[in-house]
Amino acid sequence: MRYSLAAAARRAAFAGFLSLAAASVALAAEAGGDAAVANFTLDNGLDVVVIPDHRAPVVTHMLWYKVGSADEDPGKSGIAHFFEHLMFKGTDTYPSGEFSQAVAAVGGNENAFTSYDFTAYYQQVAPTELGDMMRFEADRMRHLVLSEENIETERRVVLEERRQRTDNVPGSILSEELNATLYQNHPYGIPVIGWQREIEGLTHDDLKAFYDRYYTPNNAILVVAGDVEADTVRQLAEDTYGKVARGPDLPPRARPMEPDQKTARTVTFSDPRVSVPNLSINWFAPSHRTAKKGEFEALAILSQVLGEGLRSRLYQELVVKQGIAASAGSYLQGNAYDYSAIGVYGEPRGDADLAAVEEALNREIARIKTDGITAEELETARTKILRDQVFLRDSQVRSANLFGSTLATGGSVDDITGLPERLAAVTVDQVQAAAQRYLDLSHAVKGYLLPAEEKRS
Amino acid sequence: MRSFSTAATLLALIIVLALPARAAVEIQDVTSDRGVTAWLVEDHSLPIITFQFAFKSGTVQDPQGKEGMANLMAGLFDEGAGDLTFDVFQKRLEELGAEMSFQAGSDTIIGQIRMLAENSDAVLDLLHLAVTRPRFDADPVERIRSQIAVGIRSDERNPNKQGYRALEQAVYGDHPYARPDEGTLESLASITPDDLKTFHARVFARSNLTVGVVGAIDAAALGAALDKVFGDLPEDAQLTPVETMQPKLDQEVRVDYPLPQSTLQLVYPGIERDDPEFFAAYLMNQILGGGTFSSRLFNEVREKRGLAYGATSYLNSRDYAQTLAIQTATSSEQAGAALTVIGDVVDGMRDEGPTQKELDEAKTYVIGSYPINNLDSSTAIARTLVGLQQDDLGIDYIQRRADLINAVTLDDVKKAAQRLLSAKPAMLVIGPAGQNGG
Repeated sequence: MRYSLAAAARRAAFAGFLSLAAASVALAAEAGGDAAVANFTLDNGLDVVVIPDHRAPVVTHMLWYKVGSADEDPGKSGIAHFFEHLMFKGTDTYPSGEFSQAVAAVGGNENAFTSYDFTAYYQQVAPTELGDMMRFEADRMRHLVLSEENIETERRVVLEERRQRTDNVPGSILSEELNATLYQNHPYGIPVIGWQREIEGLTHDDLKAFYDRYYTPNNAILVVAGDVEADTVRQLAEDTYGKVARGPDLPPRARPMEPDQKTARTVTFSDPRVSVPNLSINWFAPSHRTAKKGEFEALAILSQVLGEGLRSRLYQELVVKQGIAASAGSYLQGNAYDYSAIGVYGEPRGDADLAAVEEALNREIARIKTDGITAEELETARTKILRDQVFLRDSQVRSANLFGSTLATGGSVDDITGLPERLAAVTVDQVQAAAQRYLDLSHAVKGYLLPAEEKRS
Repeated sequence: MRSFSTAATLLALIIVLALPARAAVEIQDVTSDRGVTAWLVEDHSLPIITFQFAFKSGTVQDPQGKEGMANLMAGLFDEGAGDLTFDVFQKRLEELGAEMSFQAGSDTIIGQIRMLAENSDAVLDLLHLAVTRPRFDADPVERIRSQIAVGIRSDERNPNKQGYRALEQAVYGDHPYARPDEGTLESLASITPDDLKTFHARVFARSNLTVGVVGAIDAAALGAALDKVFGDLPEDAQLTPVETMQPKLDQEVRVDYPLPQSTLQLVYPGIERDDPEFFAAYLMNQILGGGTFSSRLFNEVREKRGLAYGATSYLNSRDYAQTLAIQTATSSEQAGAALTVIGDVVDGMRDEGPTQKELDEAKTYVIGSYPINNLDSSTAIARTLVGLQQDDLGIDYIQRRADLINAVTLDDVKKAAQRLLSAKPAMLVIGPAGQNGG
């Protein structure tokens, strides 16, 4: 990420895929007259999504490239993220700083972020400035100047970013290596920001080749949310992005996939900065794209019931009833191309130790596998997901993120709008089957964050 | 609720933001029958309603020896109210699909609730109970208390957390701002349910309440809602007077710890929100190290030298003390170099001030960014409505703001730079000893 916010955080809760779908249907009816989401493609292959929202005189302009850290060549980790930084270094037409100054001059916000499967750049500005933003963004899609000097300075910035996010933070050190253990073969095991030595070794030629290969209109998605109409966006996009020549077709994103995992693994990090221990139990699971029909939605319900929020089983059982945990819950990582991850976590409180928390987590996992969930739990979880999606609609950036990340990971606008029906079709049996299939302790990856002097018993 | 809604809800004033676009934001000033006031932005494009409200109070009101009171109380509003125990209350809230949260800051306690419009009557009943009749039952009090205690213990050996704590203590001395918001393990343990009831009765009142509402509700319905939720609160808050103070600068706080990257913070004098020179200082800070990718600190520390991922400055204008802080983090062996660069940037700003071009650009930025940062979601608008009222800026402030900013001259900004950047700062260094230069 260019600045602030953790793009590399893989633990991001289930914020994405199921999101806006519900909203767009539930609300299209209720909100009446709310303009529909438009989706079209320019002649050069640029995919365009427009999400009209006329409540405030603001527009969010995002350009998503379908390239992330999982697309990097072996030994070149961090190049997708490093390149994201270099995109701010100027072109022949607009030298370094000019784009950022133009954004600032109209009071706009800008930033960028990189993940495993995508890299995105965005600005928030008044609607009158949208055309200018497109002109700058289309220009740097093909005309970036990559000087050795800029590369070296920015490499130091990226290494500082790595120190700040990861090397200085015990919990981040653990989760980086936990991921590397969770994935035995797939590049999701490599951190988005890259391994330090590989960042140090990236060359000008590596970066140039990366740019030429991936930064093309036919490998990008334009998402515009806010106070603007689809026709206006189409016209502005044709006048700017439309002038950029289509690039060579990219081969399918075929990454090395996971073998059947057969072992339980444990990753432990002890550090003198830690005074309260915690643990997590993690598995990889299919993504929305690779899951069988209905399976990803069942996983979403499973995670909701098991551990999302104050009313979830894990919170009620470990934090409220037994009083042994300060926090306890589950997560399902959304919006990835090949795999999602699912897991549970807990942190002891009072006289309880980590072993008691782990035992209680295991009990709840066993219970949901043996007994499944009730029809009432299913309904509550479904309603909560739908409600969250209504609230999501309130934020332009979150709406744009949902569409961008879904499309960049192999989904479509229809996948989003069709979600309520797919959620409605989920049965309690499917949720139990998902728990039995994926929450298998015999090949889970456990992570322990421990104080220095304590040994796990 | 419906029977009240036709009564004399006063619609005092409507302000339309003059902005160069189709969409506009109207602020309505609503006063209920019983005299509760709120600012409302009515919007029916989504079927949701957001309330944000603030009681001027905060952790500075924590009694001596009971530090952590406001923070603990804020964790208990969804843990039972009226006749509903915590379990029943939370289940009801969940069924209704509402999201409620409370947070204690140093100067205010802020509550927020988001609801689907179709459920608003029932949700507001719950909010009424939470705000006026929280139960503070022993079980949830113990649970939340021990969760907070785990948080305090988690920070005990974290050099960054301890560094900031030490800096606050050094800068604020015996002022309440020196105390940790969550209290200490000892003070937290000493708080009883009766203490919480007494504290709640003192600080939740109508005299120190401001309310901002956004969404699918009209002024008449809001008037009735305000009476329902807040009408039963006591008229006057009983706040302990808190003295304003000058932060103690010109000192060093060092936490020696073998970290790969050192964290640096410099604390200078700040400026009060109602100071006539506030906008001059605000623009100066924007040019020095405000959030854009073109500030001086960003350019010198990051863009030119690659010394850090971020280098920023910010004004912290709290009610009882104000500062300007500069912050960065850099590889421990180059911490001295980073401090030198920051020192040069500060000296340059203090001695020469900004250029006219920098000032012009900063003005267009802070004018243009206002709607983007403050009006781009219901939550942001509600927060803005509360903030404007708390700072007593007037319902037409958004219209006047650009003129206030445009009136600032280059000389004004130079004066502000001299005023804020002439003192020797308080300095925090968290990192390995001996590698951080001067």
